[in-house]
Amino acid sequence: MSHNYPALIVVVPLLSALVISVAGWVNKRLCFPIAFAALAVAAYSSVGLLFRVLDEGVIVYKLGGWDPPMGIAYYVDHLNGLVLTVVSVVALLNLIASKKSIEEEFPEKTGPFYTLYILMVTGLLGIVVTGDAFNLYVLLEIAALTGYGLLAMGEERAPLASLNYLYMGTIGACFYLLGVGYLYIVTGSLNMVDIAGILPSLYQSKAVLAAFIICMVGVWLKMAFFPLHAWLPNAYTYAPSAASSLIAPLVTKVMIYVMIRLILTVFTPEFSFNVLAVSDAIVWLAVIAVVMGAILALAERNNLKKMLTYIIVAEVGYMVGGAWLGNRTGMTGAILHIVNDALMTLCVFLVVGNIVYKVKGAGFDDLKGLFRKMPFTMGAFVVGAISMIGVPPTCGFFSKWYLISGAIQAGHYGFMVALLFSSLVNVVLFFRVFEICYYEPFSDHHGHGHDHHPEPMDEAPLSMLVPLYVVGAILVLVGLYTGDIVDQIIQFAIPKGLV
Amino acid sequence: MSDLISIIVANYNYWIYITLMMIGLYAMIAKNNLVKKIVGMNIFQTAIILFYVSIGVKKGATIPILQHGHGHGAHTVVHAVDYVNPLPHVLMLTAIVVGVATLGVALALAIRVYDRYNTLEEDELLAQIREK
Repeated sequence: MSHNYPALIVVVPLLSALVISVAGWVNKRLCFPIAFAALAVAAYSSVGLLFRVLDEGVIVYKLGGWDPPMGIAYYVDHLNGLVLTVVSVVALLNLIASKKSIEEEFPEKTGPFYTLYILMVTGLLGIVVTGDAFNLYVLLEIAALTGYGLLAMGEERAPLASLNYLYMGTIGACFYLLGVGYLYIVTGSLNMVDIAGILPSLYQSKAVLAAFIICMVGVWLKMAFFPLHAWLPNAYTYAPSAASSLIAPLVTKVMIYVMIRLILTVFTPEFSFNVLAVSDAIVWLAVIAVVMGAILALAERNNLKKMLTYIIVAEVGYMVGGAWLGNRTGMTGAILHIVNDALMTLCVFLVVGNIVYKVKGAGFDDLKGLFRKMPFTMGAFVVGAISMIGVPPTCGFFSKWYLISGAIQAGHYGFMVALLFSSLVNVVLFFRVFEICYYEPFSDHHGHGHDHHPEPMDEAPLSMLVPLYVVGAILVLVGLYTGDIVDQIIQFAIPKGLV
Repeated sequence: MSDLISIIVANYNYWIYITLMMIGLYAMIAKNNLVKKIVGMNIFQTAIILFYVSIGVKKGATIPILQHGHGHGAHTVVHAVDYVNPLPHVLMLTAIVVGVATLGVALALAIRVYDRYNTLEEDELLAQIREK
């Protein structure tokens, strides 16, 4: 059983998605338990895999028994063991938390929704687990196509925003495919480890350079790296809350993982940082991304969800910059931030989900008096917010610490300043929200805004609060155990050559 | 000049795919109608499919099917040079499926947009959104 974990992670959710789509016709109430079971198996397998990797080192799983350069192999090392665990746990927690809101938002469409949800998670887990460059493209498109469907299920502008995302996402995936094509021309292989073995003699080749640039641009489009971010805010803002709290934490983070995988495994750090003299320029791009993300978030004064999407744009800048600093500390920070940012984003988006569930909107006007109305939800929001700001006991502080020390080590003070600037802006952003929620009285939709009678408590149901608090607890626990995570896992995820 | 022409002629498959790709990209950027953008997107994807197909081709090679692959001839030596590379072609079967699925999703979304706004022209859509 345990040696089949890499296949189970992808196969179980894939087959369950088919079963759910059939079960949805028979009885809608069957969908949730099947989806839950599928993701529970995936999460269990990922955690099991992570522990096996910690014991035994890299696991190679040959699909169908075909040997690697010919067959497709799944490679699980410390890097994707960690990311797999994060993806499956986040997807599982969000599934539990959003059950109520899914039932309320689409009473007729729960079956299709859960099918797309599980297929999307399949795609994301597959991207992370696969060791084959072309296989990655196919799974990328599975995750993307289901994502467009999920995002378009929202109201009003959702289909249009989703269509714009589709244009950009397709270009991104096509660029990645084109880059893989160039790699295939020069190496004759699609297996990542195999390509990495063949490339060193070809480092001066123009085709490898073209492959590298095209792959990177494609991946940046998919992760909404600043100048290419235009699709993200609208697509995430108008999406149904259950979909946005799945997609916002995971998609950009998985794409960061793909970028790090390309840097570390396919092109090797030697090529990425030494042969190409582009890392400095990319870190400056990341500086611009962080600063612009922060400014755009600051400029958003109407909608909490939209403000959070701009924070995601800034966080993408953190991770791209950290990965391209070209030293061990920066890379550690980037990988740690994948974990932390996925959890923090999940936390704040679940809070938004709860607010939308109760108040029917996430505009700043809807937030008035929420600390009195939904004290538990807002308590979790405070934890998520201080983690995003980077206050010590929570995990956000530690990854930022690594990123900043990486920036100092690389002598890249612009990036350091951008990180500090963005943290300060986050303070302003979140305290502005706290102020509205705490001090301004709850707006009375029936007219009289003057009566100051204490608003009765109207908290989200327990099934939404418990997962939220689990996420909040994980934020603090990951923060407290950062040292262990770095020493036991991330340290081994980075090749020895990178100092 | 003649050097340039010989470079272009020798690698004509790359020039064709890049031209097609740019036509597609131009349509996606410059066209006002959402369906025209979708068509541009499809041209863009097809250009990459053509690129992959063209890199598998070899001069004087035949289709990669072994005659007498079973039975008596099974142990004869196979020269890879005599056959076109089937792998990029097989990969493109998957990419074509992906392209069709993307096209389907895109058109479905376009229908939803049309239902809501009664137009597919981008400037009219933006004007309607701004009014709200």
